[in-house]
Amino acid sequence: MNDFWLTIAQLTINGIAVGAIYALVALGIVLIYKATEVLNFAHGDLLVVSAFSAWGLITVWGLPFWLALMITVLGVALFAFALDALVIRRIAGQPQFAGVMLTIALAFMIRGAVSMLFGPESRNYPTPWSQQSTQLAGLSIANLQLVILGVSMMVTLVLFFFFRFTRLGVAMQAASQNQLAAYLNGVRVKRVNSMVWALGGVTAAFAGVLLAPITLVDISLWFVTLKALSALVLGGFGSIPGAIVGGLLIGLIEQYAGVYMPDGTKDIVAYLVLIAVLIVRPHGLLGEAHGRRV
Amino acid sequence: MRFDYHTQYREGFALWRSPFDRNLYALLLLGLCTLPWFMTPFMLGETAYVFILCVASLGLMSLTGLTGQVSLGHAAFIAIGAYGHAWFLSKGVPLPLSMVMAAMLSAAAGLLVGIPAIRVSGLYLAMVTLAFAIIVEQIIGHWSSVTGGFTGLAVNDPVFLGLSLSGPKAFYFFCLFTLVLVLVALLNILRSGMGRALIGVRESEAAAYALGIPVERMKAGAFALSAGITGLAGSMLAHHLKYLTPDGFTLLLSLELVLMVVIGGLGSLRGAVLGAVLISSLPTAISRIKPFLPDSVAKQFGLETFIFGLVLALFVLFEPMGLNGRWLKIRSFLESFPIYRKDTFKRNKRYMKSERYR
Repeated sequence: MNDFWLTIAQLTINGIAVGAIYALVALGIVLIYKATEVLNFAHGDLLVVSAFSAWGLITVWGLPFWLALMITVLGVALFAFALDALVIRRIAGQPQFAGVMLTIALAFMIRGAVSMLFGPESRNYPTPWSQQSTQLAGLSIANLQLVILGVSMMVTLVLFFFFRFTRLGVAMQAASQNQLAAYLNGVRVKRVNSMVWALGGVTAAFAGVLLAPITLVDISLWFVTLKALSALVLGGFGSIPGAIVGGLLIGLIEQYAGVYMPDGTKDIVAYLVLIAVLIVRPHGLLGEAHGRRV
Repeated sequence: MRFDYHTQYREGFALWRSPFDRNLYALLLLGLCTLPWFMTPFMLGETAYVFILCVASLGLMSLTGLTGQVSLGHAAFIAIGAYGHAWFLSKGVPLPLSMVMAAMLSAAAGLLVGIPAIRVSGLYLAMVTLAFAIIVEQIIGHWSSVTGGFTGLAVNDPVFLGLSLSGPKAFYFFCLFTLVLVLVALLNILRSGMGRALIGVRESEAAAYALGIPVERMKAGAFALSAGITGLAGSMLAHHLKYLTPDGFTLLLSLELVLMVVIGGLGSLRGAVLGAVLISSLPTAISRIKPFLPDSVAKQFGLETFIFGLVLALFVLFEPMGLNGRWLKIRSFLESFPIYRKDTFKRNKRYMKSERYR
């Protein structure tokens, strides 16, 4: 009996740690979706870019981890800003599908460019917390996962206060609710939208730099986008608290499924959840209900 | 200069716009029929592969282009068609029947996805189909008693009435025949009430509903039709590959199909074919120009991915109507030669319209 509860507790901790990453990625996607109504399929590739740039800065140039993290976050934020200002903005007003296609195209280009620059082999880089773990009442957890959890919570809190109490944050909220009204009130909607992209880039950079040491620095890092989409749908599409709750839940469900369900279920359970939620409750756990306007 | 001057109601939806068009297509078909005598067996096999992709792309076009339902997971239907066909063949089902059964199996799977499609639309549908494709890929990998799992499944040679179709020429004609069959069938569906209902659903669900079109049934039916055609393409692909493994039917194949449809031009069968031809000849073209590039670029691994993305991005940004739109512009330029106006196809300025509350 005790053994059973120990397993459950261990799985819960692992699930929350994995879920924190999903939540962070989902948060970036939902920020961009709320502001510009573009579902960013290239978000995973921003993770790839930040992982590879951190690898280059740490192992090739020999910079300390913190400096590399700062440079990567700034660089990816700038990149995402430019992506919106130069490319994505041009398709405003076209059907939603055009946005999906454009971000998929950009994802292909980024992925191709990264593998042209760095080559196909996967690699790794050291962090201050690699190879360490904390023991707590018979449970063990890698320090890196604790850091990921901490950083995710910190980013979420900072974003919360940013949206609540700063002029730019309020402007972003206004622009995402009604662009025309925001514009008439003096919000520079285009620039604000690009800044939201930069903000999405920041979350992607944090997620990428912290996730890569666990999974290896590799092109296939972008697959986390798909898990994040499941998290978004479960939490309610377009809701920021929903993204976080959904991410954590998907992480937990995956861990439990890996132990208590048949072999191979762990890889697909997130997608099963996605389909089930969309059939049974399309607005997710925390999303607003969808009215249909003709 | 040519005018569409209809004197009878039926001319409005005739199969050919004019006898000239009909003769042109007949000439094209004749040319394709004589092609095998001018090509190496390798090129012939590649052309047959292009035909197979054309069928798959037509399948996706009948869903995304005609009915307006997005699918990012059509590789799943190709996989179901291919594996179903291989399994039926191994049980001794004759070739044509096995292909039809594989297409039906795929159509049934399409119906399965089509039922949630009634409730969700747009981005949500894209995600449902994406998730479905990943699930199917995993199931194929793990269900080894039927699919051979990750070790793969060998496909029996195609034999029709005691005649082997596995030679390059025979297989070429087999694929060409199926492509023409699917194309003519779709053209006729488009002229029928059902085709117009599908287009009505694409243009406005509410308006279609008000006109008495059973929108839900049309959506599910479009999914079944599209999945059936794509499954048919899968059954031919099984013969092209000769050996099926799950990594032949990944997300990349789904995205390539979407690429074909978008680059070809949403909403037109001609576009589906043009897009499939362009996308499937792109890798060959890239490997042809590689010798002229500097070594540092040509040797790289991601060049193909990058160029695929670039082509798609350029089309989305500068020619949203795709290759078909470009073709229409060229044609109208030629048809109205001295007096073509540059602004005929000018894109209207459009404003951001929220889709959030739909």
